Amino acid sequence: MKSKHWTWVGWPLGALPLAWITMQAAGGQLGPDPAETLVELLGWWSLVMLLACLTMRPAAQLLKVPGLVIWRRTFGLWAFGYVCMHFLAWATLLLGWDPSFLGEELTKRPYIIIGMLAWLALWPLALTSTRQSRRRLGRKWVKLHRLIFPAVLLGVVHQSWVQKSGYGETLIFVSVLLILLLYRILHGRNMIRK
Amino acid sequence: MIIRHKDPSAPKSHEITPESVYLKRRELMMLGGLAGLFSAMPAWGREIKAVDEEASRPLWLKDQVARAIDGAPDTDETLTPYADVTGYNNFYEFGTGKTDPAENAHTLKTDPWTVTVAGEVEKPGTYALEDLLKGQQLEERIYRLRCVEAWSMVIPWVGVPLASLLIKLQPTSKARYVAFTSLADPKQMSGVRSPFTGIDWPYREGLRLDEAMHPLTLMAVGLYGRTLPNQNGAPFRLVVPWKYGFKSIKSIVRIELTETMPETTWNMLAPDEYGFYANVNPAVDHPRWSQSRERRLPNSFFDPNWVPTRPFNGYDEVASLYKGMDLGKFY
Ligand code: HEM
Repeated sequence: MKSKHWTWVGWPLGALPLAWITMQAAGGQLGPDPAETLVELLGWWSLVMLLACLTMRPAAQLLKVPGLVIWRRTFGLWAFGYVCMHFLAWATLLLGWDPSFLGEELTKRPYIIIGMLAWLALWPLALTSTRQSRRRLGRKWVKLHRLIFPAVLLGVVHQSWVQKSGYGETLIFVSVLLILLLYRILHGRNMIRK
Repeated sequence: MIIRHKDPSAPKSHEITPESVYLKRRELMMLGGLAGLFSAMPAWGREIKAVDEEASRPLWLKDQVARAIDGAPDTDETLTPYADVTGYNNFYEFGTGKTDPAENAHTLKTDPWTVTVAGEVEKPGTYALEDLLKGQQLEERIYRLRCVEAWSMVIPWVGVPLASLLIKLQPTSKARYVAFTSLADPKQMSGVRSPFTGIDWPYREGLRLDEAMHPLTLMAVGLYGRTLPNQNGAPFRLVVPWKYGFKSIKSIVRIELTETMPETTWNMLAPDEYGFYANVNPAVDHPRWSQSRERRLPNSFFDPNWVPTRPFNGYDEVASLYKGMDLGKFY
Protein backbone atom coordinates (compact mmCIF):
# COMPACT_ATOMS: atom_id res chain seq x y z
CA MET A 1 0.00 0.00 0.00
CA LYS A 2 1.76 3.08 -1.24
CA SER A 3 0.76 6.48 -0.07
CA LYS A 4 0.20 8.88 -2.93
CA HIS A 5 1.11 12.51 -2.85
CA TRP A 6 -2.44 13.71 -2.39
CA THR A 7 -3.45 11.48 0.49
CA TRP A 8 -2.50 14.06 3.12
CA VAL A 9 -5.51 16.07 1.94
CA GLY A 10 -7.66 13.83 4.15
CA TRP A 11 -6.34 15.55 7.27
CA PRO A 12 -7.46 19.09 6.39
CA LEU A 13 -10.67 17.63 4.95
CA GLY A 14 -11.53 16.14 8.33
CA ALA A 15 -10.65 19.44 9.98
CA LEU A 16 -13.11 21.44 7.85
CA PRO A 17 -16.18 20.85 10.04
CA LEU A 18 -14.15 21.74 13.10
CA ALA A 19 -12.97 24.96 11.46
CA TRP A 20 -16.53 25.81 10.48
CA ILE A 21 -17.84 25.07 14.00
CA THR A 22 -15.05 27.14 15.54
CA MET A 23 -15.84 30.08 13.28
CA GLN A 24 -19.53 29.91 14.15
CA ALA A 25 -18.71 29.69 17.84
CA ALA A 26 -16.25 32.57 17.71
CA GLY A 27 -18.76 34.69 15.81
CA GLY A 28 -21.45 34.04 18.42
CA GLN A 29 -23.56 32.27 15.82
CA LEU A 30 -24.45 29.13 17.70
CA GLY A 31 -27.69 30.60 19.05
CA PRO A 32 -28.96 31.19 22.56
CA ASP A 33 -27.80 27.81 23.91
CA PRO A 34 -24.31 27.65 22.35
CA ALA A 35 -22.73 24.98 24.55
CA GLU A 36 -25.60 22.57 23.90
CA THR A 37 -25.48 23.35 20.19
CA LEU A 38 -21.72 22.77 20.18
CA VAL A 39 -22.10 19.38 21.86
CA GLU A 40 -24.71 18.40 19.30
CA LEU A 41 -22.61 19.55 16.34
CA LEU A 42 -19.52 17.70 17.57
CA GLY A 43 -21.58 14.56 18.19
CA TRP A 44 -23.07 14.75 14.74
CA TRP A 45 -19.67 15.07 13.09
CA SER A 46 -18.27 12.22 15.21
CA LEU A 47 -20.81 9.93 13.64
CA VAL A 48 -20.26 11.31 10.15
CA MET A 49 -16.50 10.77 10.51
CA LEU A 50 -17.02 7.18 11.69
CA LEU A 51 -19.18 6.47 8.68
CA ALA A 52 -16.71 8.24 6.40
CA CYS A 53 -13.98 6.01 7.80
CA LEU A 54 -16.01 2.91 6.96
CA THR A 55 -16.79 4.20 3.47
CA MET A 56 -13.16 4.52 2.41
CA ARG A 57 -12.39 0.87 1.63
CA PRO A 58 -15.48 0.39 -0.59
CA ALA A 59 -14.86 3.79 -2.16
CA ALA A 60 -11.28 2.86 -2.95
CA GLN A 61 -12.45 -0.35 -4.61
CA LEU A 62 -15.41 1.08 -6.47
CA LEU A 63 -13.63 4.21 -7.67
CA LYS A 64 -10.44 2.26 -8.30
CA VAL A 65 -8.44 4.78 -6.30
CA PRO A 66 -6.49 2.51 -3.95
CA GLY A 67 -4.91 5.48 -2.17
CA LEU A 68 -8.26 6.28 -0.56
CA VAL A 69 -7.74 3.35 1.79
CA ILE A 70 -5.33 5.53 3.73
CA TRP A 71 -8.20 7.81 4.63
CA ARG A 72 -9.70 5.10 6.82
CA ARG A 73 -7.02 5.96 9.32
CA THR A 74 -7.38 9.69 8.74
CA PHE A 75 -11.13 9.77 9.26
CA GLY A 76 -11.00 7.14 11.99
CA LEU A 77 -8.65 9.33 13.97
CA TRP A 78 -10.74 12.39 13.22
CA ALA A 79 -13.82 10.51 14.45
CA PHE A 80 -11.97 9.78 17.67
CA GLY A 81 -10.94 13.44 17.89
CA TYR A 82 -14.50 14.68 17.38
CA VAL A 83 -15.84 12.27 20.01
CA CYS A 84 -13.18 13.45 22.47
CA MET A 85 -14.16 17.07 21.85
CA HIS A 86 -17.86 16.09 22.05
CA PHE A 87 -17.20 14.54 25.45
CA LEU A 88 -15.00 17.39 26.67
CA ALA A 89 -17.49 20.06 25.57
CA TRP A 90 -20.26 18.20 27.38
CA ALA A 91 -18.30 17.59 30.58
CA THR A 92 -16.72 21.03 30.69
CA LEU A 93 -19.15 23.54 29.21
CA LEU A 94 -22.45 21.91 30.14
CA LEU A 95 -21.59 20.13 33.39
CA GLY A 96 -18.54 22.09 34.55
CA TRP A 97 -17.05 18.78 35.76
CA ASP A 98 -19.46 18.89 38.69
CA PRO A 99 -18.99 15.45 40.28
CA SER A 100 -22.61 15.03 41.36
CA PHE A 101 -23.98 15.93 37.92
CA LEU A 102 -21.37 13.80 36.18
CA GLY A 103 -22.12 10.88 38.48
CA GLU A 104 -25.83 11.17 37.85
CA GLU A 105 -25.51 11.47 34.09
CA LEU A 106 -23.01 8.66 33.76
CA THR A 107 -25.01 6.21 35.83
CA LYS A 108 -28.64 7.10 35.17
CA ARG A 109 -28.80 8.10 31.52
CA PRO A 110 -28.75 5.15 29.14
CA TYR A 111 -27.89 7.29 26.11
CA ILE A 112 -24.83 8.69 27.88
CA ILE A 113 -23.73 5.20 28.92
CA ILE A 114 -24.07 4.01 25.34
CA GLY A 115 -22.08 7.00 24.12
CA MET A 116 -19.37 6.22 26.67
CA LEU A 117 -19.22 2.59 25.53
CA ALA A 118 -18.86 3.70 21.93
CA TRP A 119 -16.09 6.07 22.92
CA LEU A 120 -14.32 3.36 24.96
CA ALA A 121 -14.39 1.05 21.95
CA LEU A 122 -12.56 3.70 19.92
CA TRP A 123 -9.63 4.10 22.32
CA PRO A 124 -7.74 0.89 21.44
CA LEU A 125 -8.25 1.68 17.76
CA ALA A 126 -6.80 5.16 18.09
CA LEU A 127 -3.90 3.87 20.18
CA THR A 128 -2.99 1.18 17.64
CA SER A 129 -3.44 3.33 14.58
CA THR A 130 0.26 3.65 13.77
CA ARG A 131 1.97 1.57 11.12
CA GLN A 132 4.28 0.02 13.71
CA SER A 133 1.34 -1.22 15.77
CA ARG A 134 -0.22 -2.64 12.70
CA ARG A 135 2.94 -4.51 11.75
CA ARG A 136 3.51 -5.66 15.30
CA LEU A 137 -0.04 -6.93 15.83
CA GLY A 138 -0.45 -8.55 12.41
CA ARG A 139 -3.75 -10.44 12.14
CA LYS A 140 -4.65 -9.46 15.67
CA TRP A 141 -4.74 -5.84 14.44
CA VAL A 142 -7.41 -6.71 11.88
CA LYS A 143 -9.51 -8.41 14.52
CA LEU A 144 -9.07 -5.59 17.00
CA HIS A 145 -10.10 -3.00 14.48
CA ARG A 146 -13.42 -4.71 13.93
CA LEU A 147 -14.35 -2.90 17.14
CA ILE A 148 -15.30 -0.05 14.84
CA PHE A 149 -18.55 -1.87 14.07
CA PRO A 150 -19.92 -2.00 17.62
CA ALA A 151 -18.69 1.58 18.04
CA VAL A 152 -20.70 2.83 15.05
CA LEU A 153 -23.73 0.79 16.02
CA LEU A 154 -23.67 2.19 19.55
CA GLY A 155 -23.12 5.66 18.08
CA VAL A 156 -26.27 5.35 15.96
CA VAL A 157 -28.31 4.03 18.90
CA HIS A 158 -27.00 6.93 20.98
CA GLN A 159 -27.95 9.41 18.27
CA SER A 160 -31.46 7.99 17.89
CA TRP A 161 -31.93 8.04 21.64
CA VAL A 162 -31.20 11.72 22.18
CA GLN A 163 -33.99 12.75 19.81
CA LYS A 164 -37.35 13.57 21.30
CA SER A 165 -39.05 12.44 18.15
CA GLY A 166 -38.21 12.38 14.48
CA TYR A 167 -36.07 9.76 12.88
CA GLY A 168 -35.06 11.38 9.60
CA GLU A 169 -31.38 11.65 10.49
CA THR A 170 -31.30 8.27 12.20
CA LEU A 171 -32.76 6.79 9.04
CA ILE A 172 -29.97 8.29 6.95
CA PHE A 173 -27.26 7.08 9.34
CA VAL A 174 -28.80 3.60 9.52
CA SER A 175 -29.17 3.37 5.74
CA VAL A 176 -25.54 4.32 5.14
CA LEU A 177 -24.45 1.82 7.76
CA LEU A 178 -26.58 -0.95 6.24
CA ILE A 179 -25.21 -0.32 2.76
CA LEU A 180 -21.66 -0.46 4.13
CA LEU A 181 -22.34 -3.67 6.04
CA LEU A 182 -23.96 -5.25 3.01
CA TYR A 183 -21.00 -4.34 0.85
CA ARG A 184 -18.70 -5.82 3.42
CA ILE A 185 -20.63 -9.08 3.51
CA LEU A 186 -20.63 -9.34 -0.28
CA HIS A 187 -16.96 -8.48 -0.64
CA GLY A 188 -15.90 -9.78 2.73
CA ARG A 189 -12.85 -11.76 1.71
CA ASN A 190 -11.21 -8.93 -0.14
CA MET A 191 -11.66 -6.71 2.79
CA ILE A 192 -9.87 -8.73 5.39
CA ARG A 193 -6.80 -9.27 3.28
CA LYS A 194 -4.69 -6.31 2.45
CA MET B 1 -56.23 38.34 39.51
CA ILE B 2 -59.55 39.61 38.21
CA ILE B 3 -61.25 38.19 35.19
CA ARG B 4 -62.72 41.16 33.40
CA HIS B 5 -66.20 41.09 31.94
CA LYS B 6 -66.99 43.71 29.38
CA ASP B 7 -69.80 46.16 29.89
CA PRO B 8 -70.44 47.89 26.56
CA SER B 9 -71.13 51.25 28.20
CA ALA B 10 -67.94 51.21 30.26
CA PRO B 11 -65.01 53.31 29.07
CA LYS B 12 -62.72 51.53 26.64
CA SER B 13 -59.73 50.01 28.31
CA HIS B 14 -57.19 52.30 26.70
CA GLU B 15 -59.07 55.27 28.14
CA ILE B 16 -58.54 54.04 31.66
CA THR B 17 -55.12 52.48 31.32
CA PRO B 18 -52.78 54.61 33.38
CA GLU B 19 -50.04 56.26 31.41
CA SER B 20 -47.38 54.65 33.54
CA VAL B 21 -48.45 51.29 32.21
CA TYR B 22 -48.06 52.54 28.68
CA LEU B 23 -44.67 54.00 29.43
CA LYS B 24 -43.53 50.75 30.88
CA ARG B 25 -44.87 48.93 27.88
CA ARG B 26 -43.08 51.27 25.56
CA GLU B 27 -39.80 50.76 27.40
CA LEU B 28 -40.35 47.08 27.18
CA MET B 29 -41.00 47.15 23.48
CA MET B 30 -37.92 49.23 22.84
CA LEU B 31 -35.87 46.94 24.98
CA GLY B 32 -37.17 43.96 23.09
CA GLY B 33 -36.62 45.63 19.76
CA LEU B 34 -33.07 46.64 20.59
CA ALA B 35 -32.11 43.30 22.05
CA GLY B 36 -33.69 41.71 19.02
CA LEU B 37 -31.72 43.82 16.60
CA PHE B 38 -28.45 43.26 18.38
CA SER B 39 -28.60 39.53 18.69
CA ALA B 40 -30.24 39.20 15.29
CA MET B 41 -27.48 40.93 13.44
CA PRO B 42 -24.87 38.30 12.68
CA ALA B 43 -26.65 35.04 11.98
CA TRP B 44 -30.22 35.32 12.97
CA GLY B 45 -31.73 37.20 10.06
CA ARG B 46 -35.21 36.34 11.24
CA GLU B 47 -35.94 39.72 12.75
CA ILE B 48 -36.58 40.94 9.24
CA LYS B 49 -39.17 38.28 8.47
CA ALA B 50 -40.95 38.90 11.77
CA VAL B 51 -41.19 42.61 11.01
CA ASP B 52 -42.62 41.86 7.56
CA GLU B 53 -45.19 39.59 9.13
CA GLU B 54 -46.15 42.23 11.65
CA ALA B 55 -46.82 44.70 8.84
CA SER B 56 -49.20 42.29 7.13
CA ARG B 57 -51.28 41.44 10.19
CA PRO B 58 -54.92 42.56 10.20
CA LEU B 59 -55.47 46.00 11.68
CA TRP B 60 -58.01 44.89 14.26
CA LEU B 61 -55.46 42.49 15.74
CA LYS B 62 -52.58 44.95 15.78
CA ASP B 63 -54.91 47.48 17.34
CA GLN B 64 -56.13 45.07 20.02
CA VAL B 65 -52.57 44.01 20.84
CA ALA B 66 -51.49 47.64 21.08
CA ARG B 67 -54.22 48.28 23.64
CA ALA B 68 -53.15 45.44 25.92
CA ILE B 69 -52.78 46.33 29.57
CA ASP B 70 -50.26 45.11 32.09
CA GLY B 71 -51.83 41.94 33.39
CA ALA B 72 -49.58 39.98 35.67
CA PRO B 73 -47.48 40.55 38.73
CA ASP B 74 -44.14 41.79 37.48
CA THR B 75 -41.15 39.53 37.56
CA ASP B 76 -37.65 40.83 38.06
CA GLU B 77 -36.22 38.08 35.90
CA THR B 78 -34.43 39.16 32.75
CA LEU B 79 -36.52 38.84 29.63
CA THR B 80 -35.20 36.52 26.95
CA PRO B 81 -34.37 38.73 23.94
CA TYR B 82 -36.91 38.88 21.13
CA ALA B 83 -34.50 37.31 18.63
CA ASP B 84 -34.03 34.25 20.85
CA VAL B 85 -37.73 33.85 21.65
CA THR B 86 -38.53 34.00 17.94
CA GLY B 87 -35.39 32.32 16.55
CA TYR B 88 -34.97 29.27 18.76
CA ASN B 89 -37.97 27.12 19.61
CA ASN B 90 -39.83 23.92 18.91
CA PHE B 91 -42.72 23.86 16.46
CA TYR B 92 -42.53 20.46 14.77
CA GLU B 93 -45.05 21.47 12.12
CA PHE B 94 -42.12 23.37 10.62
CA GLY B 95 -39.31 20.89 11.37
CA THR B 96 -37.67 19.27 14.38
CA GLY B 97 -34.64 21.58 14.59
CA LYS B 98 -34.68 24.58 16.91
CA THR B 99 -34.14 27.09 14.13
CA ASP B 100 -36.45 25.35 11.64
CA PRO B 101 -39.60 27.20 12.73
CA ALA B 102 -37.99 30.60 12.24
CA GLU B 103 -36.71 29.51 8.85
CA ASN B 104 -39.83 27.77 7.57
CA ALA B 105 -42.90 29.29 9.21
CA HIS B 106 -43.21 32.24 6.84
CA THR B 107 -45.38 30.00 4.64
CA LEU B 108 -48.14 29.93 7.25
CA LYS B 109 -51.18 32.01 6.35
CA THR B 110 -52.76 33.39 9.53
CA ASP B 111 -55.42 35.71 8.16
CA PRO B 112 -58.27 34.98 7.80
CA TRP B 113 -58.25 32.48 10.69
CA THR B 114 -61.16 30.56 12.11
CA VAL B 115 -61.50 28.50 15.25
CA THR B 116 -64.08 25.75 15.52
CA VAL B 117 -65.65 25.46 18.95
CA ALA B 118 -67.35 22.13 19.55
CA GLY B 119 -68.49 19.61 22.11
CA GLU B 120 -70.02 20.41 25.47
CA VAL B 121 -70.69 24.13 24.97
CA GLU B 122 -73.87 26.18 24.61
CA LYS B 123 -72.36 28.25 21.81
CA PRO B 124 -70.61 25.92 19.40
CA GLY B 125 -69.67 27.11 15.95
CA THR B 126 -66.89 28.18 13.68
CA TYR B 127 -65.72 31.60 14.76
CA ALA B 128 -63.55 34.08 12.95
CA LEU B 129 -60.66 34.84 15.30
CA GLU B 130 -61.76 38.46 15.34
CA ASP B 131 -65.22 37.50 16.61
CA LEU B 132 -63.81 35.17 19.22
CA LEU B 133 -61.67 37.96 20.60
CA LYS B 134 -64.20 40.76 20.14
CA GLY B 135 -64.57 42.85 23.27
CA GLN B 136 -61.84 40.98 25.11
CA GLN B 137 -59.26 43.04 26.97
CA LEU B 138 -55.82 41.75 26.13
CA GLU B 139 -53.16 41.67 28.82
CA GLU B 140 -49.42 41.49 28.84
CA ARG B 141 -48.18 38.61 30.97
CA ILE B 142 -44.52 37.93 31.61
CA TYR B 143 -44.19 34.19 32.11
CA ARG B 144 -41.37 31.73 32.48
CA LEU B 145 -41.47 29.05 29.79
CA ARG B 146 -39.90 25.74 30.80
CA CYS B 147 -39.24 23.35 27.94
CA VAL B 148 -39.31 19.63 28.72
CA GLU B 149 -35.79 19.55 27.23
CA ALA B 150 -34.46 21.39 30.32
CA TRP B 151 -34.08 24.91 28.96
CA SER B 152 -36.20 27.93 29.78
CA MET B 153 -37.00 31.48 28.71
CA VAL B 154 -38.86 34.48 30.14
CA ILE B 155 -41.39 35.81 27.65
CA PRO B 156 -43.78 38.80 27.68
CA TRP B 157 -46.93 37.38 26.08
CA VAL B 158 -49.98 39.34 25.03
CA GLY B 159 -53.25 37.48 25.34
CA VAL B 160 -56.54 36.90 27.04
CA PRO B 161 -57.24 34.48 29.89
CA LEU B 162 -58.78 31.34 28.41
CA ALA B 163 -61.43 31.59 31.13
CA SER B 164 -62.74 34.83 29.63
CA LEU B 165 -63.29 33.08 26.31
CA LEU B 166 -64.79 29.94 27.85
CA ILE B 167 -67.25 31.94 29.93
CA LYS B 168 -68.64 33.43 26.72
CA LEU B 169 -68.80 30.04 25.02
CA GLN B 170 -70.62 28.59 28.04
CA PRO B 171 -69.40 25.08 28.78
CA THR B 172 -72.26 22.73 29.67
CA SER B 173 -72.40 20.96 33.01
CA LYS B 174 -70.98 17.85 31.34
CA ALA B 175 -67.76 19.54 30.20
CA ARG B 176 -64.72 18.32 32.13
CA TYR B 177 -61.83 18.79 29.71
CA VAL B 178 -60.78 21.17 26.97
CA ALA B 179 -59.19 19.65 23.87
CA PHE B 180 -57.17 21.80 21.45
CA THR B 181 -56.09 21.05 17.90
CA SER B 182 -53.44 22.81 15.81
CA LEU B 183 -53.62 23.48 12.13
CA ALA B 184 -52.00 20.61 10.19
CA ASP B 185 -51.82 21.72 6.58
CA PRO B 186 -49.10 19.98 4.57
CA LYS B 187 -49.27 22.77 1.99
CA GLN B 188 -48.28 25.43 4.50
CA MET B 189 -46.27 23.37 6.98
CA SER B 190 -43.04 21.71 5.92
CA GLY B 191 -42.88 19.53 9.02
CA VAL B 192 -46.35 18.13 8.39
CA ARG B 193 -45.21 17.20 4.87
CA SER B 194 -42.13 15.43 6.18
CA PRO B 195 -42.60 11.69 6.72
CA PHE B 196 -39.90 11.62 9.41
CA THR B 197 -41.19 13.61 12.36
CA GLY B 198 -42.83 10.57 13.93
CA ILE B 199 -45.88 12.63 14.85
CA ASP B 200 -49.46 11.72 14.10
CA TRP B 201 -50.86 15.06 12.92
CA PRO B 202 -52.68 17.18 13.82
CA TYR B 203 -50.94 18.19 17.05
CA ARG B 204 -53.35 17.82 19.95
CA GLU B 205 -53.30 19.02 23.52
CA GLY B 206 -55.71 19.22 26.41
CA LEU B 207 -56.40 20.57 29.86
CA ARG B 208 -58.73 19.68 32.65
CA LEU B 209 -61.52 22.29 32.75
CA ASP B 210 -60.34 23.68 36.09
CA GLU B 211 -56.82 24.07 34.69
CA ALA B 212 -58.26 25.80 31.63
CA MET B 213 -60.27 28.15 33.84
CA HIS B 214 -57.29 29.06 36.01
CA PRO B 215 -56.52 32.77 35.69
CA LEU B 216 -52.90 32.06 34.72
CA THR B 217 -53.96 30.11 31.62
CA LEU B 218 -53.62 32.43 28.67
CA MET B 219 -54.60 32.40 25.01
CA ALA B 220 -51.83 34.43 23.42
CA VAL B 221 -52.00 36.45 20.21
CA GLY B 222 -48.83 38.46 20.75
CA LEU B 223 -45.43 38.73 22.36
CA TYR B 224 -43.17 41.67 23.09
CA GLY B 225 -46.04 44.03 22.35
CA ARG B 226 -46.46 42.78 18.78
CA THR B 227 -48.64 40.13 17.19
CA LEU B 228 -47.26 36.59 17.41
CA PRO B 229 -44.66 35.73 14.79
CA ASN B 230 -45.68 32.67 12.76
CA GLN B 231 -42.99 30.50 14.32
CA ASN B 232 -44.33 31.17 17.81
CA GLY B 233 -47.78 29.83 16.99
CA ALA B 234 -49.57 32.67 15.22
CA PRO B 235 -52.20 33.77 15.29
CA PHE B 236 -53.66 32.14 18.39
CA ARG B 237 -51.99 29.81 20.89
CA LEU B 238 -52.21 28.50 24.41
CA VAL B 239 -49.76 29.45 27.17
CA VAL B 240 -49.85 27.43 30.40
CA PRO B 241 -46.84 28.63 32.36
CA TRP B 242 -46.75 25.89 35.01
CA LYS B 243 -46.59 23.07 32.47
CA TYR B 244 -43.83 21.97 30.11
CA GLY B 245 -43.79 23.97 26.91
CA PHE B 246 -45.26 21.25 24.70
CA LYS B 247 -48.63 21.67 26.44
CA SER B 248 -48.84 25.23 25.11
CA ILE B 249 -50.21 24.27 21.72
CA LYS B 250 -49.76 26.65 18.80
CA SER B 251 -51.80 27.90 15.83
CA ILE B 252 -55.07 26.55 17.25
CA VAL B 253 -57.97 25.83 14.89
CA ARG B 254 -60.24 23.81 17.15
CA ILE B 255 -61.35 23.91 20.77
CA GLU B 256 -63.59 21.12 21.99
CA LEU B 257 -65.07 20.68 25.43
CA THR B 258 -65.25 17.03 26.34
CA GLU B 259 -66.46 14.72 29.08
CA THR B 260 -63.47 12.42 28.85
CA MET B 261 -59.73 13.09 28.92
CA PRO B 262 -58.64 13.92 25.37
CA GLU B 263 -55.70 12.31 23.60
CA THR B 264 -52.59 14.45 23.53
CA THR B 265 -49.79 14.24 20.99
CA TRP B 266 -46.69 13.59 23.07
CA ASN B 267 -48.55 11.30 25.42
CA MET B 268 -49.67 9.20 22.43
CA LEU B 269 -46.11 9.12 21.12
CA ALA B 270 -44.32 8.15 24.35
CA PRO B 271 -46.69 7.66 27.30
CA ASP B 272 -43.89 6.73 29.68
CA GLU B 273 -42.11 10.03 28.97
CA TYR B 274 -44.92 12.56 28.62
CA GLY B 275 -48.04 12.50 30.73
CA PHE B 276 -51.34 14.30 30.22
CA TYR B 277 -50.60 16.70 33.06
CA ALA B 278 -46.95 17.51 32.25
CA ASN B 279 -46.67 19.88 35.21
CA VAL B 280 -43.16 21.20 35.64
CA ASN B 281 -41.74 19.04 38.42
CA PRO B 282 -38.07 18.84 39.42
CA ALA B 283 -38.78 15.66 41.38
CA VAL B 284 -39.92 13.64 38.37
CA ASP B 285 -37.14 13.09 35.85
CA HIS B 286 -37.73 12.54 32.19
CA PRO B 287 -36.69 8.90 31.72
CA ARG B 288 -33.78 10.08 29.57
CA TRP B 289 -32.66 13.22 31.39
CA SER B 290 -32.92 15.11 34.66
CA GLN B 291 -35.62 17.72 35.23
CA SER B 292 -34.10 19.08 38.43
CA ARG B 293 -32.59 22.12 36.75
CA GLU B 294 -32.79 24.12 33.55
CA ARG B 295 -30.59 26.30 31.38
CA ARG B 296 -32.05 29.80 31.37
CA LEU B 297 -31.53 31.16 27.88
CA PRO B 298 -29.66 32.89 26.48
CA ASN B 299 -26.55 31.47 28.08
CA SER B 300 -22.93 31.46 26.99
CA PHE B 301 -20.18 28.97 26.30
CA PHE B 302 -18.63 29.47 29.67
CA ASP B 303 -21.76 29.66 31.74
CA PRO B 304 -24.66 27.39 30.86
CA ASN B 305 -26.73 29.44 33.32
CA TRP B 306 -28.25 26.50 35.18
CA VAL B 307 -31.04 27.47 37.54
CA PRO B 308 -32.95 25.07 39.77
CA THR B 309 -36.31 24.01 38.37
CA ARG B 310 -39.19 24.81 40.68
CA PRO B 311 -42.39 22.79 41.20
CA PHE B 312 -45.09 24.14 38.89
CA ASN B 313 -42.37 26.30 37.34
CA GLY B 314 -42.61 28.53 40.41
CA TYR B 315 -46.36 29.17 40.02
CA ASP B 316 -47.29 27.82 43.44
CA GLU B 317 -50.82 29.21 43.20
CA VAL B 318 -51.82 26.27 40.98
CA ALA B 319 -50.80 23.63 43.51
CA SER B 320 -54.34 23.46 44.91
CA LEU B 321 -55.58 22.13 41.56
CA TYR B 322 -53.69 18.93 42.26
CA LYS B 323 -54.41 18.44 45.92
CA GLY B 324 -54.32 14.78 46.89
CA MET B 325 -52.92 13.68 43.53
CA ASP B 326 -49.73 11.65 43.31
CA LEU B 327 -47.74 13.84 40.93
CA GLY B 328 -45.16 11.10 40.45
CA LYS B 329 -47.92 8.94 38.99
CA PHE B 330 -49.82 11.68 37.16
CA TYR B 331 -46.77 13.30 35.58
C1 HEM C 1 -18.68 7.19 19.36
C2 HEM C 1 -19.13 7.96 20.28
C3 HEM C 1 -20.21 8.99 20.09
C4 HEM C 1 -20.89 9.37 18.98
C5 HEM C 1 -20.74 8.85 17.56
C6 HEM C 1 -21.83 10.38 19.37
C7 HEM C 1 -22.71 11.00 18.51
C8 HEM C 1 -23.71 11.85 18.91
C9 HEM C 1 -24.72 12.38 18.04
C10 HEM C 1 -24.85 12.10 16.55
C11 HEM C 1 -25.53 13.18 18.78
C12 HEM C 1 -26.77 13.90 18.31
C13 HEM C 1 -26.49 15.31 17.93
C14 HEM C 1 -27.73 15.96 17.39
O1 HEM C 1 -28.62 16.27 18.19
O2 HEM C 1 -27.79 16.13 16.18
C15 HEM C 1 -25.02 13.16 20.12
C16 HEM C 1 -25.56 13.87 21.17
C17 HEM C 1 -25.06 13.84 22.44
N1 HEM C 1 -24.04 13.05 22.90
FE1 HEM C 1 -22.85 11.84 21.82
N2 HEM C 1 -21.69 10.61 20.72
C18 HEM C 1 -20.72 9.79 21.19
C19 HEM C 1 -20.25 9.70 22.48
C20 HEM C 1 -20.74 10.48 23.51
C21 HEM C 1 -20.17 10.51 24.84
C22 HEM C 1 -18.96 9.72 25.28
C23 HEM C 1 -20.93 11.40 25.56
C24 HEM C 1 -20.80 11.82 26.98
C25 HEM C 1 -20.46 11.11 27.97
C26 HEM C 1 -21.96 11.89 24.70
C27 HEM C 1 -22.93 12.80 25.07
C28 HEM C 1 -23.86 13.35 24.24
C29 HEM C 1 -24.80 14.35 24.63
C30 HEM C 1 -24.94 14.95 26.02
C31 HEM C 1 -25.56 14.66 23.51
C32 HEM C 1 -26.64 15.71 23.39
C33 HEM C 1 -27.94 15.26 23.83
C34 HEM C 1 -28.91 16.39 23.80
O3 HEM C 1 -29.37 16.73 22.70
O4 HEM C 1 -29.18 16.94 24.85
N3 HEM C 1 -21.81 11.33 23.47
N4 HEM C 1 -23.92 12.34 20.18
